[in-house]
Amino acid sequence: MGLENVIAEALPEVLTTRLDSLINWARKSSLWPATFGLACCAIEMMNATSSRNDLARFGSEVFRASPRQADVMIVSGRVSRKMAPVLRRIYDQMPEPKWVISMGACATSGGVFDNYAIVQGVDKIVPVDVYIPGCPPRPEMLIHAVMMLQDKVMNESVRDRRDIPEEEAREAVVPGTLPITDGSTAQQNTLPESRPYTIASRHERRRST
Amino acid sequence: MTPEETPSSDTAPSPSVTALQREHPEWVREVIIAFGETTIVVPRENIADACTFLKTSPETRFDFLADICGADRGVEEEPRFEVNYHLFSTTKYHRVRLKVLLNEEDTHVPTVTGIWKTANWHERETFDLFGVIFDGHPDLRRILLPDDWQGHALRKDFPLRGYEPYSLK
Amino acid sequence: MSSATIPPQFEIVDRPLDTQMTISMGPQHPSTHGVLRLELVLDGEMVVKATPDIGYLHTGMEKLFEYKKYQQGIVITDRMDYLNPLGNNLAYVMAGEKLLGLEIPERAQTIRVLMCELQRIGSHLVWLGTHALDIGAMTVFFYCFREREKILNLIEAASGGRLTPSYFRIGGLMMDLPAGFDNRCKQFLDYFPTALDEFHKLLSGNKIFQRRTQGIGRISAEDAIDWGLSGPCLRGSGINLDIRRANPYSGYEKYDFEVPTEPDGDVWARYMVRMREMKESHKISTQALSRLQPGPIKADAPKVVLPDREAMKSHMDALIHHFLIVAEGFDVPAGEVYHPIEASKGELGVYMRSDGGPKPSRVHFRGPSFVNLSALPVMSEGEMVADIVAIIGSLDIVLGEIDR
Repeated sequence: MGLENVIAEALPEVLTTRLDSLINWARKSSLWPATFGLACCAIEMMNATSSRNDLARFGSEVFRASPRQADVMIVSGRVSRKMAPVLRRIYDQMPEPKWVISMGACATSGGVFDNYAIVQGVDKIVPVDVYIPGCPPRPEMLIHAVMMLQDKVMNESVRDRRDIPEEEAREAVVPGTLPITDGSTAQQNTLPESRPYTIASRHERRRST
Repeated sequence: MTPEETPSSDTAPSPSVTALQREHPEWVREVIIAFGETTIVVPRENIADACTFLKTSPETRFDFLADICGADRGVEEEPRFEVNYHLFSTTKYHRVRLKVLLNEEDTHVPTVTGIWKTANWHERETFDLFGVIFDGHPDLRRILLPDDWQGHALRKDFPLRGYEPYSLK
Repeated sequence: MSSATIPPQFEIVDRPLDTQMTISMGPQHPSTHGVLRLELVLDGEMVVKATPDIGYLHTGMEKLFEYKKYQQGIVITDRMDYLNPLGNNLAYVMAGEKLLGLEIPERAQTIRVLMCELQRIGSHLVWLGTHALDIGAMTVFFYCFREREKILNLIEAASGGRLTPSYFRIGGLMMDLPAGFDNRCKQFLDYFPTALDEFHKLLSGNKIFQRRTQGIGRISAEDAIDWGLSGPCLRGSGINLDIRRANPYSGYEKYDFEVPTEPDGDVWARYMVRMREMKESHKISTQALSRLQPGPIKADAPKVVLPDREAMKSHMDALIHHFLIVAEGFDVPAGEVYHPIEASKGELGVYMRSDGGPKPSRVHFRGPSFVNLSALPVMSEGEMVADIVAIIGSLDIVLGEIDR
């Protein structure tokens, strides 16, 4: 990350386009995903890496377990409220440049599960570059999404991506706030003060159940 | 692999009912036989004793606790909550359901963790989703919902979409 | 044979400056088969205490069931144990049929058995691939998924969905099998024993694999029953219990198959049980395929089961029934049932309670992985961290089923 920024700032404007092409070509040809398989879409992601639909020929050679070595985070599966801060922390741990593919209907918008437990769309937590519909999407759709992401990467400029300053990253999820408490709220039989969140979706307003 | 005793038919009472009714009739509040299954409603105080009896009695031998399942009958129902214990015998292959009915104000039930260790997580789940408190449980805390969640999600008065949309703050 | 125990010179202490370390084998981990968090208290490499922390995939499915009509709920059951969706469908659908008192025709039952056994093979293939991958044998992963692609193609041909088929309905099946399915299924079943031999050649004789799995993660038979284990985990400890034999359903009593058991109770025993189970599933599938006779695939209950599409287009009463069933659902008599089936992971039980309306009042899934995971501390205390990975793999857990 650091080197290309230094070079880009040193070069005049017209020469950075050549640098851009080179760097973007390098980045798009080796997009290494971070393993973030959550639910059923993870199995289709595993199918996409298996021998029949081989994602490795597009550059995603290995799925890095550590987010610090990964380029793209493929959020595959439903994100529950307990998992959401973990997702954000893993995203913050990835170094720039990083992209996010939201795979499947649950990651894109909550999917089939419009209820208290699932975050309605992972773009409420992290910025998403490519959305894939489907429940679960076929492996070929994931490959198509990776190719779309590669097109997007080719159109970027090397000056767009800088490391987030550390304070901003820390502000997103304050360390130590993962929801592990002493559980005392379970013993109190209280409910939150606010009104229930019952904004009916459009198809439900038509008639009563 | 033949069972030692064939499972009961629809009309004949299952051996668990006959054994319980013979030995401890005060523990059997009601017997329901429907859809090929036997349900015994047990008063809340006697559930642990009834389970121990059914586990050790040679006629019934329910050594496998398949499931503990809570249910909310409805906000205006009285009693409101029920806890179902599904028992299975690995030697005789028969099943029975024990039911405990609870009012809304007093949702305490003695734990059966000492009888089958698997009840540990089932009871935690019932506590988490319904608020039924199991007295004597070694580690009663939330298991599925986040630790700081307010309310019990599967109660009928808990709205489907929760109370507020998710935000990081 | 006893369960894994901590050697007596180690005790659990809570002093932060001591040699023991509490780490979180976190929700994002390549080897935990999903979003599982384990709190491990380690003394060097040895696990002194292991506590699973689940709920990172809690989807509130049981609450969703109460808001959906019975047929709509089938779609949600696919996503529960996502490696064995047809098994989940079957359990839910059979619980509904038990409440309604429907009688399922012969062809539907045979197809259900065939699809469930194919699904069982598929689920065990994923288990084998990921288990071997965690232990380090990466090749087996690709071999298993190659076979699994064939099964997914078969399921997609029948139902339209690879991973989320929703193929069964209350009262029968969604659609009949397509033309040519027999040949394709036969092609797969003819080749499968060769593939199974390949897996054995790759893994079973491998000294490294044997050293990493034999003697690891023991659980005794009494502990297994006490902790509620079922399925291959229980049969790996020597207990001969299979719901398909104990409480038969959907015509399983007419099929000829064995129930494999192994006496040791360690990771190797569970591995061998599942490998042999794949062979038995292959046997059942072949028998089911040869027994397929033409016939109806839906029960004779016009108020519950959707009519044939052609009949709907030409007959008035079929059209009215179709409209009412889709728009308003069918009323299910009040009562409660608990229906267990033998899923690929163990005893999958559905508790369904109806108040007499078109939507259930309570649906609860007794997930086998939920109960199997609760026995993890018993199996893993005293083992090393690398063995935890092997033990989790041998339990074959699916977080969708645990967290629901």
